[in-house]
Amino acid sequence: MGKTLFEKIWDTHIVQEVTDGPSVLYIDKHFIHEVTSPQAFKGIEDRGISIFRPAHIVATADHNVPTLNQHLPITDALSRFQVDTLIENCKKHGIELYGLGHEHQGIVHVIGPELGITQPGMTIVCGDSHTSTHGAFGTIAFGIGTSEVEMVFASQCLLQTKPKLMRINIEGTLGKGVVSKDIILYIIAKISASGATGYFVEYAGSAVRALSMEARMTICNMSIEMGARGGLIAPDQTTFDYIKGRTFAPAGAAWDTALAYWQTLYSDADAAFDLELTIDAATIEPMITYGTNPGLGIGITKKVPTAADMQDEGEQKNLAKALEYMGLTAGQSLMGMPVQHVFIGSCTNSRIEDLRLVASLVKGKTKNPNVQVMIVPGSQKVAKQVVQEGLDIIFREAGFEIRQAGCSACLGMNEDKVPAGEYCVSTSNRNFEGRQGAGARTLLASPLTAAAAAVNGVITDVRTLL
Amino acid sequence: MNKINTIHSRFVPLQEENVDTDQIIPARFLKATTRDGFGKNLFRDWRYHNDNELAPKQDFILNDASYSGQILVAGKNFGCGSSREHAAWAIKDYGFLVVVSSFFADIFKNNALNNGLLPITVSEAFLASIFALDKEATLSVCLKNQTITIDATGAVETFEINAYKKTCLLNGYDDIDYLISNKAAIENFEKNRA
Repeated sequence: MGKTLFEKIWDTHIVQEVTDGPSVLYIDKHFIHEVTSPQAFKGIEDRGISIFRPAHIVATADHNVPTLNQHLPITDALSRFQVDTLIENCKKHGIELYGLGHEHQGIVHVIGPELGITQPGMTIVCGDSHTSTHGAFGTIAFGIGTSEVEMVFASQCLLQTKPKLMRINIEGTLGKGVVSKDIILYIIAKISASGATGYFVEYAGSAVRALSMEARMTICNMSIEMGARGGLIAPDQTTFDYIKGRTFAPAGAAWDTALAYWQTLYSDADAAFDLELTIDAATIEPMITYGTNPGLGIGITKKVPTAADMQDEGEQKNLAKALEYMGLTAGQSLMGMPVQHVFIGSCTNSRIEDLRLVASLVKGKTKNPNVQVMIVPGSQKVAKQVVQEGLDIIFREAGFEIRQAGCSACLGMNEDKVPAGEYCVSTSNRNFEGRQGAGARTLLASPLTAAAAAVNGVITDVRTLL
Repeated sequence: MNKINTIHSRFVPLQEENVDTDQIIPARFLKATTRDGFGKNLFRDWRYHNDNELAPKQDFILNDASYSGQILVAGKNFGCGSSREHAAWAIKDYGFLVVVSSFFADIFKNNALNNGLLPITVSEAFLASIFALDKEATLSVCLKNQTITIDATGAVETFEINAYKKTCLLNGYDDIDYLISNKAAIENFEKNRA
């Protein structure tokens, strides 16, 4: 029987099988950031051991950095100490750091791909659940906890149990105004926030093949929001064209060798999956969430569900609690509802293509005066490109505020927060209670739908503006 | 790491599903550089009004002094969301040694196991029977036999745990000890694929 894409990568990274236990899995690339690494460095030092393969580690500061005045010292003392600790640890252990002020700095899941560090066939980990993003290149990439960061520091390996495998085929053509964020929000709404727990998910089908790398990253990024440890997509010409010529991409003869290997990375026709789903791309509408987990989403023209739509008492209770927090009513339509904030950014949707999409919609328009709009590019490189392409002029004329690179209002660790009780249409990945600030009410959507809300000041079916 | 084998204790019932790690420990508390002291901020925004320790939310279970114990019992899909290990540290630091649910998110489960916090997956029916108990009731956990028992009724359920992880918890070993002991195999692997 043939092998799946996942198995092809997994099998070549197994150092050792443990009897009745997990396998020793070799890790090719380890990304670290300021928030989930300090305790791991401390752990290594307490054990009196050194970092086994520092050259396999790349560090950046992203979660806890300000998005204004990055050239000045960080004003929040705790944040400054955490970022300084990263600098010190990287220096001490010989780790490459793309910190504040460095031209490569940015959100860890944006810079890995854009620098050509992320390459097909790799195993990649990071102390961040959205590490699944890198799976868009045909990698096994997943988020880990700090103890596991320490394990990779110590041995460049992790003890892992092979997950179950799911394939989701998205076939056909997407409708007007529907983008990759809508695909993944649709899938999560369909299978729930825990529907893929225990699985790695391969995304396949003609609609996925037709997507750019940026769009594929958005899909893989949110795999964790349905419980999957990771998601992946077989590399193809789109992937190879994206990687070629990037800073750390192989070149010359090394490129040819790499490419020959990458071209073998796909699921064989007779490979078996534990679960397989097929979705018709044409049925997907622009999506928006109404609740407090990413699975609570609907097509923009649909109504918020009622208790009668729920399968059991537990779900009814969850719905009631979510709607109470969100200040919404069962059965209502979201369209036309005023919002106070629009956040365009995060490892889900802060790449140049996302910002081009936003610019294409808002060009020549201005934001509604009742909405504050913040655009946070995913990296210094994206920020530079925004200026080179003149998108900054479009955004400024529209009244959008452009910030510096970082995770920002996606998780509300820095100053970029949404006030309690106010609504924010956000291109990020989580709408949990308090995620964007205590009491903040987050509605997840695509960059296009977010831009439409910015222009109209209310939740809008973006298709009416196209 | 601490060893775990038998625990006999009252429990704290948190009857919520999809409890995400942002609720367990909100992001603003992740600025620390040590593993200590997260317990006081466990479920911070569910515990206090306006982040004020002097204004506890009376209906939240951790604020009800009539509940106590080393076992936290919660609804399905516990620990979903962010990979922050701070969630496991906060639960442990608060004083829990066991979390019982009918379903755990993957990364949280690993983080718990790596910190000597035992996640026990039980059936929906067994979970419901725990939630139905009165607040004085006790549970007994035996990792060696992989059982959890409702002491008042004698109802018992066995739970699954990876044999390797079980050995680690029973003996207080962690993965790093194991991985370091295999360095030769790792170096050999690197040599062979180069």
